[in-house]
Amino acid sequence: MIPAQFDYVRPTTVEEALQALRDGGDDAKLLAGGQSLLPVLRLRMADPSLIIDLGGIPELRGVREDGNEVVVGAMTSHHDVTRDDILRQHVALIQEATKTVADPQVRHRGTLGGALAHADPAGDLAAPALALEAKFVIAGADGTRTVAAADFFEDYFSTAIGEAELLTEIRFPKYTGWGARYEKFNRVAQAWSIVAVAATIKVDGGTISDARIGLTNMAGVPVRATAVESALVGQSATEDNVRKAAQAAAEGTSPTADADAGTDYREHLARVLTGRAVLAAAG
Amino acid sequence: MTTTENPADAPVKEIGRDRRRKEDRRLITGRTQWTDNKALTGLLHIAMVRSPFAHATIKGIDTSAAKQLPGIVGVYTAADIGADQVQLPCAWPVTKDMRSPQRPALAGSRVNFAGEGVAVVVARSAAIAKDAAELVEVDYDELEPVLDMEEALKDGATLVHPELGTNSNAQWVFDSGEAGSGGNATEAISKAESDDDQIVVRRRFRQQRLVPVFMEPRSTVVDPTGEQLVMWSSTQVPHILKTMLALTLGLPEHKIRVIAPDVGGGFGGKIAVAPEEVVTLLVAQKLGKPVKWTETRSESLLTAHHGRDQIQDLTMSVTKDGTITGLDVKLLADMGAYLGLVGPGVPILGAFMFNAIYKIPSYRFDCTNVFTTKTLTDAYRGAGRPEATFGIERLMDEVALELGMEPMEFRKKNWIKHDEFPYTTVSTLTYDTGNYEAATDQAMQMFDYDGLRREQAERRRRGDVKQLGIGISTFTEMCGLAPSRVLGSLDYGAGGWETAAIRMLPTGKVEVVVGVSPHGQGHETAFSQIVADQLGVGFDDVEILHGDTQSSYRGLDTYGSRSLAVGGIAVVKAAEKVIEKAKPIAAHMLEASEGDLEFSAGKFSVKGTDKGVGIQDIALAVFAAHDYPEGIEPDIDAHATFDPENFSFPHGTHLCAVEVDTETGFVSMYKYVCVDDVGNVINPLIVEGQVHGGLAQGIAQALYEEAAYDDQGTLLSGTLVDYTLPSAADLISFDTANTTTASTTNPLGVKGVGEAGTIASTPAVVNSVLDAIRHLGVKDIDMPTTPYRVWSAIQKASGTSGRADEANVASPGAGLGSTARDMPEGGNL
Repeated sequence: MIPAQFDYVRPTTVEEALQALRDGGDDAKLLAGGQSLLPVLRLRMADPSLIIDLGGIPELRGVREDGNEVVVGAMTSHHDVTRDDILRQHVALIQEATKTVADPQVRHRGTLGGALAHADPAGDLAAPALALEAKFVIAGADGTRTVAAADFFEDYFSTAIGEAELLTEIRFPKYTGWGARYEKFNRVAQAWSIVAVAATIKVDGGTISDARIGLTNMAGVPVRATAVESALVGQSATEDNVRKAAQAAAEGTSPTADADAGTDYREHLARVLTGRAVLAAAG
Repeated sequence: MTTTENPADAPVKEIGRDRRRKEDRRLITGRTQWTDNKALTGLLHIAMVRSPFAHATIKGIDTSAAKQLPGIVGVYTAADIGADQVQLPCAWPVTKDMRSPQRPALAGSRVNFAGEGVAVVVARSAAIAKDAAELVEVDYDELEPVLDMEEALKDGATLVHPELGTNSNAQWVFDSGEAGSGGNATEAISKAESDDDQIVVRRRFRQQRLVPVFMEPRSTVVDPTGEQLVMWSSTQVPHILKTMLALTLGLPEHKIRVIAPDVGGGFGGKIAVAPEEVVTLLVAQKLGKPVKWTETRSESLLTAHHGRDQIQDLTMSVTKDGTITGLDVKLLADMGAYLGLVGPGVPILGAFMFNAIYKIPSYRFDCTNVFTTKTLTDAYRGAGRPEATFGIERLMDEVALELGMEPMEFRKKNWIKHDEFPYTTVSTLTYDTGNYEAATDQAMQMFDYDGLRREQAERRRRGDVKQLGIGISTFTEMCGLAPSRVLGSLDYGAGGWETAAIRMLPTGKVEVVVGVSPHGQGHETAFSQIVADQLGVGFDDVEILHGDTQSSYRGLDTYGSRSLAVGGIAVVKAAEKVIEKAKPIAAHMLEASEGDLEFSAGKFSVKGTDKGVGIQDIALAVFAAHDYPEGIEPDIDAHATFDPENFSFPHGTHLCAVEVDTETGFVSMYKYVCVDDVGNVINPLIVEGQVHGGLAQGIAQALYEEAAYDDQGTLLSGTLVDYTLPSAADLISFDTANTTTASTTNPLGVKGVGEAGTIASTPAVVNSVLDAIRHLGVKDIDMPTTPYRVWSAIQKASGTSGRADEANVASPGAGLGSTARDMPEGGNL
C-alpha cells in the first residue's frame, strides 16, 4: 500500500485526540480501525495531511452498564462486541449484526464507533443503532453532547459529528428479553449488504408487544420501518401476520440502483427480509 | 557398497502416496523470495501512468511537475525509451490472414483500452514513483469506445485499429465434412429442419469476461549490470519470456537470463510477455541500473489479461428418439484491444471440445475473433475448453428438455461407450481411454441422484420458497499441451515438448532440473515422488530445480495441464537414461555382465545372487572416477526431452444441486459431487486440491464473477470489492472421487488435472440453477447468475417486470464503489 504522504499521531487520551484534531484542521482524519479509511488511502481517493490513530486511547474501549443503558466505547472492536456478555443479554441486535460484518480479521480491527461514524449506507451497524434508539456521545472543545440516533445519520457518509469532534460512546437502552435478528443479503459472504434488516422484537405470550426495525442500504441513511413496527404491535407472531405487516417495509425508503439491485428489487428485498427478520426475532 | 538384499527394507512406493507438499513450508509461511522481495543495491522503482480512457489519442504529455519531485530519476514517454516501437509478441497466428495490430510496450499516439500505459516514472522509492505518476499530465482527445462485438463487426463501426480496416481479427473454421472426419453439419441441420423425425434446437449463450485474480500481483526486476541481463519476473513462462524478449527486442538470447522465483499463482494470467516487463527492461537498459516494477491489485484487475468473453450461437439437430445428428457452433470471441501471447488461439482450442464426449456425425465450428477497446483476453484456467464445455453441456440440457428426455439419459444415449476407445472424434482428436459410464455411475450413487430428484419433486409439490435444482456436466477436455506436430498444424509458434535433467550428486542426492515452471501446483512434491520410485532413492533425497533459465535452459513452462503429463514424463525419461548410463558402471563394479543385471528399488543386482550396488553408490563412484570401464564417460547424469504423441483426455461427471430462494433469487450450493478420471494419480492430495480449487473457480464463473465495463469502456469491477470472488464461506464441502482409466499415451498413465474442475463445474451449476426454477417459466439466465438476475428472471417469467432500472454503475451498495461515486473524500472516519 502506497498512500499519499501524511503525518501520523497516536494520542493516549480523548483530550489529546481533540487537540490533534483542532491542530490538524479539516484535513485531519481519524483512524478508528482502518477498514474503510485504509482502502480509500490506498486508492488515493483521499489524501489527508494528518492521521490521528485512536487505537492508543484506553478510555474509548469496553462495554459497561450504566443504569438502564449499556455503554459501548467507540473504539470497542467488532470482535469484542460479538463476545460481550452484557450486550448479549441486553442489546442482542447489535451483536447479531456485528457477527455478519466482513470476516474475522476485519472484526478484530474494525470498531463500532468507527463504523457508525463512517456512516456507510451499506454498513451493517447503523440500522441496528437506529432501531435500538442508541444515543451518540460526541466530545468536542466545549465538552460532550449527546445526539439521538434519529439525528445522528445525516446523509451518505455524513453524521452529526462536527469538525474537531470525536464520537466517544454509544449508549444503548436495554432490550432485555427481546428477540433479535439481523437479516443480511449480499452476493458473497464478505461483500457489503445489498439490503439488510435489523429487527428486535418483544413477544409477550405469543403476542408482539413491541418492535424496532431498521433497514440497511434502503437510503443514504439507515431507515426505521415504523409502519411495520406499528402494524406488528398487538399482533400474534404468526407467519401470516408478520408477512402482511412486512409489506410496508419499503415505505419511506429511497434506495439506489446499481448492478447488484434496482430500486424495485431493493424494495422487494426489504419486504421479504423484514418478514424473515421479524419471524426469526419473534421466534 | 552394500551387497545384501533385505526385502523388508524395500522402499514404499511413492507414487500414489498423499505426501504433504514439501514446498508449502516456505510458501505458506511467507519465507520464500517472491519477485517483489528482491532487493538489489541501487534498485530503482517504476510506476506506470495509465490511460483512464478506453479509446483516445494522446495530444501531449507534460512530465515537468513529476520531474520536480525529490527522488525522481526520470519520467519517460513511449518515445523516450523506444517503447512505442516495440511489437509485443503474439505466438499464435491462427490463420494466414490474421490481422495483428502493433502492440507497443507503452502507447505512443493512441490508447486502445482503459489502463494502457502511456508513460513511466522512475524513482528511488516505489512511494515516490507513485506520487510522481499522479503528477504526469496527459492531454487526451477521446475517441468512441468499441465495446459490443456484434456492433463492432458492422459496416461503419468505429475501428479500434483504423489501420486494420476492420475490427475482425480472424475467422477460423472447422468443418467435419471438409476435414473428412464427419458429414456436413449445415446440410445435416437443414435436412433435420424438414424431417418430421428430427428437431433442431438453437441457443445463444454468453461467456462473460473474467479476471484470473492470481494471489501474487505481477512483479518484475531487471538487473542490466552483469554480462547477462537478468530478469526476475512473476511469470508462468520464464523460458518463453526469455526467447520472446530476444526476438522482440533484438537482444542476443545468450545475454538474457530469466528467473521465475516462487510465483504465487497464475491461472494462465501469467502466460504473457507483459508490456510492463518490457518497460522495466527498457528503463533498466537506459539507466544501466536495476529496476523494479510491482503492480497494485487495482492495476492487476485492470491491465493483466482477462479471460473468456464469448457469444456462442449453437445449433443442434437430433432425432426425436435422442440421437444427435449435427452440431453447428458459431462464436464471437472478444480479443480486447490487442493480441496477447496466445490470445487468438484460446477460443480455437474450443473447436476440439464442443463435440465433447459425444458421437456427433456432423460438426461445424466457426469462430470470429473481434477487437474491442477493452483489456485484452488470453489464457485463463481451461482456456477455450471451459467455454466449449459450458456451451455443449448447457445445450445438452436444453435439447433434452425439448425432447422430453431425462438429461442424463440423453447424454448416455450419445456418449462414447467405454468399449469404443480409442475413439477418433468428429473434430479429429483420438481419445485414448475413458469410461464415462463408470464415472457417471459412481457420481450418481454418491450424489443420490434419484433421492435428490424425489426431494426436488416434493419441494415443487409443496411450493417451497427454496426450490432445488440439479445440474449435470459430463465433460472431457484435452490437456497435456501438446504434441509438437499438432501445434504446428494449428500454426502455433512453438512446440509442445518438455525437458528434464537429472544430476546425480556425489553424496547420492539427486537434483532434477525441469523445464516446467510451477507457481503453486506442487511440482516439487509430485516430481520427487516420481524420481524416488524411478531411481529408488528417498523422497527427501530429491530436489526439484526450476524457473531459472541458467540452470533450466530448456523448457516450455507450465500451462494447459501439461506439467505432469508432459514434464513428468520427461522426468521419467531422464531417470531411465540415468539407469541406462549407470548400468555398465554397475556391471564393472559387480564384475558381472550387463545382461545379468536387473535394476529394482534403487539397486542393480546380479540375477540369482545377493550381489548388488545402489545407484547412489554409483554416483559416488563416477564422481571419484578412480575405476570405471573403458570407453564410457564417468557420468550418470542425464537429460531428456519428451514430445507427447497425443493430448491427454481427463474426463468426469460433475453433479451439482443448488437451492434457489425464489423470493430473493439467492442461489446456495446444496451438494456437489464430482468423479474425475485423471488417469493414474501420483499424489491424491494434490489432485484433490487441484479439483477443489478448480471447482471454486468454475462455480465462481457460474455464480459470482464478472469483469463488467460501463458504456464508456471503464472497468467497473476494478477492485475486489466489486469483483466478487467467493471465499470458503460461500462454498460447500465438495464430494470428490476418482475413477481410473490409465492413459495409454505416456508411461505413467497420467492425465492432466489442473484445469478439470474449472472446465467441468460451470455448466453443472448453471444447469442446476435453471433446473430449480424452470417450472416457474424461466428459460435462461446470463452468468453470473446473481440474485438480482435470478429474481428478475422469475419476475419476468411470471409477467411482472424486473431489472428494469438496473444501473450500469459500480455495484457495491457501498464501501469503495459508492465511496468513489458519491463521496470521493470518504466519510468522517
